[in-house]
Amino acid sequence: MVFTVHREPWTVDRKMKKLIKGNDAIAMAAIEAGCRFYYGYPITPQNDIPEYLAREFPKIGAVFLQAESEVAAINMVLGSAASGQRAMISSSGPGISLMQEGLSYMAGSEVPCVVVNIERSGPGLGGISPSQGDYFQATRGGGHGDYRTPVLAPSSVQEMYDLTFLAFDLADDYRNPVVILADAMLGQMKEPLDRRRPATRELPPKTWALTGCAGRKPQLLKSLYLGVRELDKHCWELYQKYERVKQREIRWEETLTGDAELVVVAFGSAARISKTAVADARREGLKVGLFRPITLYPYPEQRLSDLAQKAKAFLVVELNTGQMVEDVRMAVGKSKPVEFYGRPPGAEALPMPIEILDQIREVYP
Amino acid sequence: MSQEKPREMRLVNPRPKTLIDRPTHFCPGCHHGIIHRLTAEAIDYFNLRETAIGVASVGCSVFLYDFMATDVLEAPHGRACAAATGMKRAQPDKIIYTYQGDGDLAAIGTSEVIHSANRGELITVVFVNNTNYGMTGGQMAPTTLLGQKTTTTPYGRDFKRDGYPIRMSELLATLEGVAFCARGAVNKPANIKKTRELIRRAFEVQLKGIGFGFVEVVSACPTDWGLKPLDAIKRVEDELIPYYPLGVLKDKKEADHF
Repeated sequence: MVFTVHREPWTVDRKMKKLIKGNDAIAMAAIEAGCRFYYGYPITPQNDIPEYLAREFPKIGAVFLQAESEVAAINMVLGSAASGQRAMISSSGPGISLMQEGLSYMAGSEVPCVVVNIERSGPGLGGISPSQGDYFQATRGGGHGDYRTPVLAPSSVQEMYDLTFLAFDLADDYRNPVVILADAMLGQMKEPLDRRRPATRELPPKTWALTGCAGRKPQLLKSLYLGVRELDKHCWELYQKYERVKQREIRWEETLTGDAELVVVAFGSAARISKTAVADARREGLKVGLFRPITLYPYPEQRLSDLAQKAKAFLVVELNTGQMVEDVRMAVGKSKPVEFYGRPPGAEALPMPIEILDQIREVYP
Repeated sequence: MSQEKPREMRLVNPRPKTLIDRPTHFCPGCHHGIIHRLTAEAIDYFNLRETAIGVASVGCSVFLYDFMATDVLEAPHGRACAAATGMKRAQPDKIIYTYQGDGDLAAIGTSEVIHSANRGELITVVFVNNTNYGMTGGQMAPTTLLGQKTTTTPYGRDFKRDGYPIRMSELLATLEGVAFCARGAVNKPANIKKTRELIRRAFEVQLKGIGFGFVEVVSACPTDWGLKPLDAIKRVEDELIPYYPLGVLKDKKEADHF
């Protein structure tokens, strides 16, 4: 079974269709998902998000605040989220690095939030071109301690919108930060958007929120556990939660994998470009399919492992020097070759579909 | 014949409702216990226990939640003012207070306190300055006095290497968003009485929407200073107060920055 965000077939309702930038789609979805608190700090290429919310939030009595740093911003998110409100923050790689402390605390004290990373290129100041260099940072935690953050990887403006709703639901459902990992290309490009809201889920009441202790005992949100056998118990409880996320929330999309001899594995922008290359390869008679993880954590490793029973080879395409390829190799094992085509970022460094097609021809079994 | 009533005993100084009846685990002679009590008294004075939410910092002050009978959020090191900002923005009807040490507020959290103060956030900050990092074993803080020996200044703080002790209250008093800024001490009953008033006023400016309320409390850390409690109190009087003078640096009567 293939898990993607479900949409009903399009019916004619022009009002619900909009040509919009990826970044704006996220901001719009955040408002529609009930987010009323946004804290951020300027950084390219995600400034459309704070600018959109700075303009729209005051109209609905919501709070937009430009913080003095990403370090402060994520802790403002902590404060509003601990109050029981939906809060969001967006940034790009360098800013996300600065937020890792706050994210670790939020995961440790089980406070939900949505973090949007419109990736630029690193390391260091790097550049502002699209990149997937933050895969490890997003999926491996980035902050200190034994925690995970679910990571959603959109590959279209539509998914920027849809997955924002899902991100808020996951965050509240599992009381954990959730990362939306997109990049400069997805954030800056315009596409038609179907604005009908995706299905959302029933969520547990936020009885843990700190709202003053009127009529109840004082409550506490913390991540410090110094008592005998307290912290290991806490870590195992968090682990159980992440296991539940694994069982229920893995999502991916497959294109033409049924009879594929070669499966291209890519996410986000790289998947978008690869999709064209796969279609071109099919026209040449090559049996090629595309496997696109939508959740990068938890990773759809079981499905990849199943695909390895039939497919003869895999080609991983990423806009970096090889990060997700490690997860693919882990899932596929040594039985089938896993080739890698990496395009680290840089000005005009995005691959053309023809370049990926060349790779497909080269590694086709 | 009327029955003679037993003479009534009256508790003249009851424990504040906001202070949980539990022995503190602070070192002998530590001033945190007194400052916790004064904070709890201020919360009781305005009857805020059920609407106040504390933000604990990192250091000895993290245990705030073990002693204050209010909701408490634990913030990362230095970030209490940022977390309090997010909390106050989300719940403008609640009273948000932070309780931070000098390592937390004057070193790693300098940026957060300055910008929160500058925005005039309607929060109350109780800042305990004991001139070192107490919980981690007595390392140098930005507030450590010149010549003071700590575990990371074993030969004494040297201004050529470490710069000068920072006076946070004076620094913050220059910012427009700050409504109330004062420094107190709890080394003797007279100072405790004055500091009680200061902390109360730091809550009042929040309640009245005037602006950011800040109280620095110069305090003793006998264990890490390597002094007996009484000698530590003497050091507060003889060395700390001359460098960190007590008093009100700023007290706005009404909001003027909105």
